[in-house]
Parts: sequence; structure tokens; C-alpha cells
Amino acid sequence: MNVLGIETSCDETAAAVVSEGRLVRSSVVSSQIDLHARFGGVVPEIAGRAHVELLMPAVEEAMARAGIERPDAVAVTYGPGLVGSLLVGLSAAKGLAMAWRVPFVGVNHLEAHLFAPVIEEPGLTWPLVVLLVSGGHTLLVKATAPGRYRLLGQTLDDAAGEAFDKVARYLGLGYPGGPAIDLVAKEGDSSAFSFPRAMLDEGYDFSFSGLKTSVVRTVERHPSASTPDVAASFQEAVVDVLLTKAARAVRAVGARGLCLGGGVAANSLLRRRAPEAVDVPTYLPSMTMCTDNAAMVAAAGTFRLAHDGPSPLSLAVDPNLFLDFSEPAG
Amino acid sequence: MACSFSVRTPSADATRELAARLAAAARRGDVVVLQGLLGAGKTTFAQGFARGLGVEGPVTSPTFTLVRQYPCALGQLLHADLYRLDHLAEVADLGLADLAEDGVVLVEWGDVARPALGPVTWTVSIARTEGGDDDRVVTVSGGDETRCGEVAAALDARTGGA
Repeated sequence: MNVLGIETSCDETAAAVVSEGRLVRSSVVSSQIDLHARFGGVVPEIAGRAHVELLMPAVEEAMARAGIERPDAVAVTYGPGLVGSLLVGLSAAKGLAMAWRVPFVGVNHLEAHLFAPVIEEPGLTWPLVVLLVSGGHTLLVKATAPGRYRLLGQTLDDAAGEAFDKVARYLGLGYPGGPAIDLVAKEGDSSAFSFPRAMLDEGYDFSFSGLKTSVVRTVERHPSASTPDVAASFQEAVVDVLLTKAARAVRAVGARGLCLGGGVAANSLLRRRAPEAVDVPTYLPSMTMCTDNAAMVAAAGTFRLAHDGPSPLSLAVDPNLFLDFSEPAG
Repeated sequence: MACSFSVRTPSADATRELAARLAAAARRGDVVVLQGLLGAGKTTFAQGFARGLGVEGPVTSPTFTLVRQYPCALGQLLHADLYRLDHLAEVADLGLADLAEDGVVLVEWGDVARPALGPVTWTVSIARTEGGDDDRVVTVSGGDETRCGEVAAALDARTGGA
């Protein structure tokens, strides 16, 4: 069964074809990062318009590379994300499904990220703890099996990726902030400044707002501080908190693996230190699976289709969609 | 005629408390613009404000989705963050003025987009001081004289600031 996945929730316009829920036949991603770099972040009106222009070429390319004329179903992200951007993908997916007379299924973007390891790691050992960190989200999730999740903790203010973006912009390092800080931090001393690790000893929730404030305050007090030192010390604080809590979660729920996901999972320090932080196997997604892509949407859509059946064509976008954690944790 | 007053809050908790008191005096249809530099404490203020309106659960940054919505005592609290829009006048697309009819709108980084916001009830500016790391001066301006006087009196009496 070939499923066409479509993803337009933020600044990537993506289409992919996945067979049997895990074999990636094609995966096309058109990034708008250059467009947004000028503005220090994603601009919704620009993103929406760009998705309109980029989506159909991406779909055609994905279909051509997969060598198929018609998929067996169309899966699309319907939330969370930017309203205008989500609408482009959802409308296109409905139209294509109707034209091809195939089922259509809406996918939660967060659940799609949880399917990245399903695609890439044949030997996954469940239950897993998943640390999902991006510009919009910071979640610790226990996944007992595909579709069975329990939220362990989340950010109480800023997402980790947002902290990277805002600190990078403050330091004049540009957008996206994650790679910019990662790069400059390699030249810096991560012990130069001791930034706060909020709530390090408590539970699974995160807070990054105070860290951002502390960086600003530190730079004001030490105007001659080296930017690489500030960036390295900031990155060290974020990674410390993320991995301390992830390791605590792995021990507490008896997980047999730790998965990273989301754009921040591309951070080199986080990737290097994750395997040292836990005694169980760590699954680090490839760079293309960290960031938004449509292959994970197609994989999650294949699962949802088998599990729940097709979505109604009346399905609406939901910019604040959350994962449904009502299923028993098992 | 609009009025203006400032209150010093020595801790993040005091900033939250002040925000909660301002929220308790809010009315349906109010639009509150929150300004302050990166790290000034806008998130902290927004958390207190939401608490004052009876919002339960975490109030997280709306930077990614631009707008987050919470059921509250006055209908909906709409928490918007225009950080990523600050060079553009595309705010009108969000229709924040219309959304205020369903409750209260709290806008972060709204200064540049002010013309697109419609009438603003209160402007809250948060500034750090030379004092402790969490020491702030919060300046509230706007409202008509009667409402502003009421709120100023309520806040001053409780916080002892000026």
C-alpha cells in the first residue's frame, strides 16, 4: 500500500510516498528557510503563499520519484501549526483524494514525529521514551506501541527550539537559530558562563524562558563576553536539562529505548551526549527525519488509516492540536 | 483622558500577582498590549494574567502558532505573540480586534503592529531595573480615567509600589 504524505504545518513544503507504512519510496522537502531568514522567523502570510506555489510541484516530484501514478491513500498534517499553512496542505490533500478516489486521512504533526524512528529503526524495542524538541514543542512522551502514548512532561513556557531561535537572534547569529548556535558553540567554552538549569531536579516539565532572560542579562553585564562562549554555555544548559529529564523518564517508566525527534534533535551536542545519558539504546533520527518531512506523515497516516479508518472530508485544521494521550499507557 | 501608573515588582511572583490583579479588573472586549525587551518578563506577566482570568494548565509561548486560546472567566483569553511579525503589517489577517469580542486579547510584541490591532485598552510595559535579576517596573497606561483610577488604586493598595 502506497500512501502519499503531505506536510505544510510550518516552513517546509513536503510530499512523500511511503509503502507499507515504513518503506520510503520518495521524500521531497522544499524549505522556505531562506525566505524567513530575513525576518528572524516564520512569517505566516509568506509561508502560506509559498506553500501554494511549492506544494503541487513537490507532490508531482514525489509521485514521479516513487514511480506511481496514483497512491492508495493521501495523508496530511492537519495540526498543530500555522493556520494559513495547514490550510494549503489540507485543502490540496482533500482535492487529490477526491480526484483519485482514494481514502484521505488527517495526521497529527506530533504523532508524525513519533513515526520517524518507526521508519528508520527496524529493531525498535518498546516501550520507548520520546523526547520531541522543536521550535514549537518540547515534550517527553512514553510510547508503549505505535498509537499508544502518555505525556510525561512538557515545557511550561518556551519551547527549546524557540529559546535557540531567540537567543541566536539576540546574539546576532541569524535564523534558524539551532544550527547557528550549534556551529558557533564549537568555538566556545561551554563552562564560561553558568546559566540556570530550571527545574533540573523536579519531574519532567521544562522551562526555558528564564534561561533566555539570563543570557540577555549576562551579555549586558559582560559586553565583551565572547559570543561563542555565550552560545556554548547556553547550549550546554539546554542539553543538560533535556537529557537529565529524559534519563529520569527512561528509568522511571522502565523504557527500553530513548528516541529523539524534532528539529532540536539535529543539535550535535544533544546527539553526542544522549547515548551517554542512558543505559538503553538511543535512536537518533537522521538529519532529514529530525526536521519536518512528509515521509513521517505518510507513515503515521498509514497507521491511522488501519487503526481508525479514513478521516471525513469535513476535517478542519486545528492549529492548537495536541496528541491524544487518552489511550492507556499499558 | 488616558492615565498611566507604574508599580515595582521585586520578583517573578510579584509580577504574576500584579498581572492577575489587572486581569481581575479586565472586561470582555479588552485588548492588552504587552511590551518589553527580550527577557523582560512578558511570559511571566502573561502567565499571571491568565491565572487571574481563571485559566488552568500551562500557559506556553504562542510564538510558534502565533495565537493560543484558553477558555476563561470572560469567555476566551486569546494570547498572541507577534514577535515574528514585527517588520510587517500582516497582523490584520489575524483579526485580533474581532476576536476580542469573544473575551480578552493579550498581545506580546504588539507595539509595531499597533495600527492593525484596533483600539487598545491597556498597554503594559515591563522593564528590568538595576536591582535584582527579577526586579521589574511595570507601567500600565490607557483605559478611561475611571477604570484606570480603579485599577491603580487596587494595585497600589496591594503591592505598596508606585
